[in-house]
Amino acid sequence: MALQIFTGNRVADGIVVYLDDAGGWTETVSQSRLIATSEDEAAATEMAEKASDDAVVADPYLIDVTEDGGEIRPVRYRERIRAYGPPVHPDYVKTTPSDADHFTPGGGASRQSSDGA
Amino acid sequence: MYRYDELDQRIVDERVEQFRDQVTRRMAGEITEEEFKPLRLMNGLYLQLHAYMLRIAIPYGMLSSTQLRKLAHIARTYDRGYGHFTTRQCIQFNWPKLEDTPDILAELAEVQMHAIQTSGNSFRNVTADQYAGVSADELEDSRPYAEIIRQWGALHPEFSYLPRKFKIAVTGSANDRTAAKFHDIAVILKKDDAGETGFEIMIGGGQGRTPMIAQTVREFLPRHDLLSYLEAIMRIYNLMGRRDNIFKAKLKILVYKLGIDEMQKLVEEEWNQIKDGPLKLPQAEIDRVAAHFQPLPHETGESDARALDVAKFESPAFARWARTNVAAHKQPGYAIVNLSLKPTGGVPGDATAEQMDAVADLADEYSLGEIRVTHEQNLVFAHVRESDLLPLWRALDGLGFATPNLNLIGDMICCPGLDYCGLANARSIPVAQRIGKRFADLDRQLDIGELRLKISGCINACGHHHVGHIGILGVERKGEEYYQITLGGNPAMDASIGDIVGPAFSSDDVVDAVETVVTTYVELRADGERFLDTYRRVGQEPFKQRLYPEKTDAAA
Repeated sequence: MALQIFTGNRVADGIVVYLDDAGGWTETVSQSRLIATSEDEAAATEMAEKASDDAVVADPYLIDVTEDGGEIRPVRYRERIRAYGPPVHPDYVKTTPSDADHFTPGGGASRQSSDGA
Repeated sequence: MYRYDELDQRIVDERVEQFRDQVTRRMAGEITEEEFKPLRLMNGLYLQLHAYMLRIAIPYGMLSSTQLRKLAHIARTYDRGYGHFTTRQCIQFNWPKLEDTPDILAELAEVQMHAIQTSGNSFRNVTADQYAGVSADELEDSRPYAEIIRQWGALHPEFSYLPRKFKIAVTGSANDRTAAKFHDIAVILKKDDAGETGFEIMIGGGQGRTPMIAQTVREFLPRHDLLSYLEAIMRIYNLMGRRDNIFKAKLKILVYKLGIDEMQKLVEEEWNQIKDGPLKLPQAEIDRVAAHFQPLPHETGESDARALDVAKFESPAFARWARTNVAAHKQPGYAIVNLSLKPTGGVPGDATAEQMDAVADLADEYSLGEIRVTHEQNLVFAHVRESDLLPLWRALDGLGFATPNLNLIGDMICCPGLDYCGLANARSIPVAQRIGKRFADLDRQLDIGELRLKISGCINACGHHHVGHIGILGVERKGEEYYQITLGGNPAMDASIGDIVGPAFSSDDVVDAVETVVTTYVELRADGERFLDTYRRVGQEPFKQRLYPEKTDAAA
């Protein structure tokens, strides 16, 4: 199966977070808990559902990623923009070692449920 | 400006406390996101890509300096120091915390503002003419009617579960500045043969996935019947609009399906049953609301045209700004000043807290403490003495809001796109920034002349691309951002929907494509022709040939 991680928005402030190895939620994508097997997925899903039930994270969902030397990178550019911040406001872009190419094309805009316009 | 009465204030205050309780329960895990979502949307709170987003209503785009200072305070205290003025004359903040939103709404209520009905399938903020009450070209001030519609539509119990969001525009000028024909209902002030004020009512306009131009459902509606007629339209829509398919749920689809004649028949039948009921607007009620919009105390006296001419002669930059960003006021000696929120390479519609505070101070000093927000994402000072234009220009220039590009290619409408929006397929702001930089030469912009360029990051068309003289729509294809170009759209009374010119362009190529369209127009234009005039005269073909030379050659 494709390498995946869980993401969602933190209920208290809406900030993008990722499930980490300890079962907590981190703002740093490269600290995400990698899901490579169906067993990994079952365990992570249980943690994500609990976080949703406890109103820690809103609507957690799985996304595809790649991993290279400890750096975890979302495949779809929508998710890269979520991970690294809005490129038009450099003040709010989270800096990572190689974020210069994080906004280059290469992955589709995934369709998550949304609030409408 | 309209001031809340005791009832208005109580409704808003109670709503804040109701939402505070809902947020507390959500934070405690007592209600799920699914249960909370409709509650937060009713209070203008979205969950976007990076954070929550709070959209605050600015009724028909009118703000006092006190209200603008409050928005600056909210940006500084609860957000990240800036706000974004939207294409619905609202403002949105991109980073509020859920736990702070009840306090934000309480602060807004202190200055008679709220975020009710700025999202969800509700009756949205009424669109109005930013020059209402002061323009030399209007029939009558349209704001009292916009306010009457606001009061009727706010928390209307019968319309709290509409098939889709619903938008109404009100305009009193033949030079429409509201994109009236692209609203669910357009209310256009008109006089009958006896000189009585009433309205032409049009319905079924809209953009989005299926753009349509509104059609006339009633040529002349007496003003006392405004609310009963709107209610009749809403009732037919509420009963017959589709709820099973979000893409077919708007009023425009119902009008298209039934045909305007059948729709008119149904509306008139309904109206005849309610027209003489409690919704009949007595003149006393119209007068009560209109009293809030009495002309502000302008000084009388003739304009010192000579002094203004001297100032323009001495400063070509001031002269250029006065030519592009200043409009005629009905009162001699006064002018309407447009503050361009489109600095070259900037984010269209964004303003920092410091800029908002400074604008509020300038409004107090130069424009009777009033600011207006346009659907084209600019601000307006509607009461500026001509003798104050020069010092005001200097102050605005220092703020970055004096770019002389109103209605020129640099004055783009642009939605937030995939930089922020959960719906978007592609980014729109960076495209606007790159186009802005490409056409940074203001002399060139002036030479090109009126050119409305509008950019949306998805088919929902918040960036109004369908009605851009040049429209750009961001799409996603095989994981990459592409941009489809439309030509010939127009939001004004001679409305038209832009035609797709051909296959979409990559992000790298889209700015060159815009330049090709512009240079083609410049080569083809006849004397005095705007882009739209030339396009309507020559059609799409010459542009197509220049944009897609290989295809055209192959076909030849």
